[in-house]
Amino acid sequence: MNEIAEQLDRLLAARVTPELLRAAEAGAFAADLWGELEAMGLPLALVPEGLGGAGLGFAEAAPLWLALGRHAAPVPLGEAMLGAGLLGAAGVAPPTGVLTVATSASAVPFGRDAAHVVLGAVALHRHRLAAARTNLTREPRDAVDPGAALAEGTLPDRHGPRAIRFGLALLRAAQMAGAVEKALALAVDWANTRQQFGRPIGRFQAVQQQLAAMAGEVAAAGTAVTLAARAADARGLDGAAFEIACAKIVAGEAATLGAATAHQVFAAMGITEEHELHRLTRRLWAWRDEGGNEKSWAEEVGRDVLARGGAALWPDLTARDVA
Amino acid sequence: MRFDLPTLPAEASALRGEVRAFLQDWAPRWTPEIRARSWMGFDRAFSEALGARGWIGMCWPRAYGGHERSFLERNVVLEELLAAGAPVGAHWIGDRQSGPLILRLASEEVKRRILPGIAAGTLAFCIGLSEPEAGSDLAALRSNAERRGQGWVLNGRKIWTTFAHKSDHMIALVRTAPAPEGGPRQAGLSQFLVDLTTPGITIRPIRDIAGADSFNEVTFDGVELPADALIGAEGKGWAQATSELAFERSGPDRVLSSFPALVDAVEALRGTGGAEQTVGRMVARLHALRGMSWSVAGQLAAGGLPNVEAALVKDAGNSFEQALPERLRELFHAEDLPEGLRRLLDMLAAMAPTFSLRGGTREILRGIIARDLGLR
Repeated sequence: MNEIAEQLDRLLAARVTPELLRAAEAGAFAADLWGELEAMGLPLALVPEGLGGAGLGFAEAAPLWLALGRHAAPVPLGEAMLGAGLLGAAGVAPPTGVLTVATSASAVPFGRDAAHVVLGAVALHRHRLAAARTNLTREPRDAVDPGAALAEGTLPDRHGPRAIRFGLALLRAAQMAGAVEKALALAVDWANTRQQFGRPIGRFQAVQQQLAAMAGEVAAAGTAVTLAARAADARGLDGAAFEIACAKIVAGEAATLGAATAHQVFAAMGITEEHELHRLTRRLWAWRDEGGNEKSWAEEVGRDVLARGGAALWPDLTARDVA
Repeated sequence: MRFDLPTLPAEASALRGEVRAFLQDWAPRWTPEIRARSWMGFDRAFSEALGARGWIGMCWPRAYGGHERSFLERNVVLEELLAAGAPVGAHWIGDRQSGPLILRLASEEVKRRILPGIAAGTLAFCIGLSEPEAGSDLAALRSNAERRGQGWVLNGRKIWTTFAHKSDHMIALVRTAPAPEGGPRQAGLSQFLVDLTTPGITIRPIRDIAGADSFNEVTFDGVELPADALIGAEGKGWAQATSELAFERSGPDRVLSSFPALVDAVEALRGTGGAEQTVGRMVARLHALRGMSWSVAGQLAAGGLPNVEAALVKDAGNSFEQALPERLRELFHAEDLPEGLRRLLDMLAAMAPTFSLRGGTREILRGIIARDLGLR
């Protein structure tokens, strides 16, 4: 974690309480938390310094996105960073206030709470809520009427026309990597605490082996996200299509195995409303499907690999190594 | 656990090209079975040719036949060899484990006598660890060495010793003192360099389920060893043998063992539909595992000892190596399998059970990971 990510991690640890998450799921936007994040300048982290941002790259942003996942932060900070960053890359000054980004106006994260949404490749809209919807974490994924664009810009080729799709996939992959890492930490802590048969359940090899396998998934997800973020800095979002697809696939698979393992360790306690585990696991399940699911991305990767043929596979893989 | 990524050396991509060009000349000689056996293939002529190019003992000092290249450059060569399914068994153990151990702990005379041969690809090594009653519980081993005059006398039996019958030397872990009463059983073990032509050694190959004879039972019956056969400190063999496990467990040989089957399957399926998702998921997993393996290589190159990260690479890598042939098999009707791919998959079916056994079983590795997570 870099210094900004550590700062964000501490802030979220203090602010994202069960009460805040409960209120957010009941429909109350975490405006105070958003205000603090805005005061830290975080929504503009990816915006070039010339346009008032911090000029960070994706490799520096990814640890922030992991922190958002770790704490299940109920604010569209990742979306705002991505939207503002892409506006900046297209030479459009980002607006103030809550900003979000979406691949489609029919499922806009925090659409009802955001003043603006970034769509297309790229355009800034002051949208109106068309139909309130939520995902399985009860977070807003609203249909909006985008209206006419307030401002439009053209993204450089390195980010390409599918930049928002790639960016959202990377964001959700990073959030999953953070959330599954936290779910592992919670499960380990519980396994050391909960006593059955006269000892902590973490003493049983059957439990140890499952958590160790989950640790492998946590490591794979985190590594795939780091590789994708580095590739995005080196070659742009379009140029990192392969690495981002891999990150979304691997993080999605980690989410599936990790959520199942954590629930198995927590047993009945983990599926109670009052327990914090489901605030992570329901997000893992939702994020698998947002920004393209494993099937979508795997088919894209597989199509390219099969078109190039077996002899090209290894040279292609190694040629992408970021020096 | 940490998986920071290293910056690859600028020379890496040129080096890949050189190794690839070299392998292209050899590849036509390799049957599907050889490619499937990967680092369980043994070809002295190939190892000698590789040694002549300077791609064995790459990181060792020139004084001992090495080439003073970086650890990350070595990793590039390993990846290229395994991706091609090259039969690297004649030098693999010497390059990966025995050579580095000798470099670190043997006498100057032994270093000068042995290391240049390993680097040239002419000296093959095996490792004597498992015994009939000591597998995962290695500290239960009973083979022993006693001091006699200036030297040592070795007695006992090793089993599952890969390539003992084709190797020149063994590094054997044996008992030189009884385990202290109530103390750790790992105490009193020592490592020895054993010339396998020494009288008193009987090597009996054990045929495996693939019809190959890579396994052996090795019996020591009053084998006399010189004083400098003791490697490192007497009684410290356990710590010596386990201190560098991260090198053994995190390399591409824990990820790429069945990769040649993916190459052939993709070639066979080229232009057809229906396999995209399976292929995409496997390639994505491979990409992430390569990143993890490279991360550990970077930490090792920087002088760290990321033992738990290495265990994670091996465990996750072995699961991938084992799953890959099974997922590929699902993509074909048996009667439609091209001949070469069928032979690759047949051999891999017989090889795959060993992936999560050799170098530490899945259960042992997960125990190590669990302990690091703070369990038990």
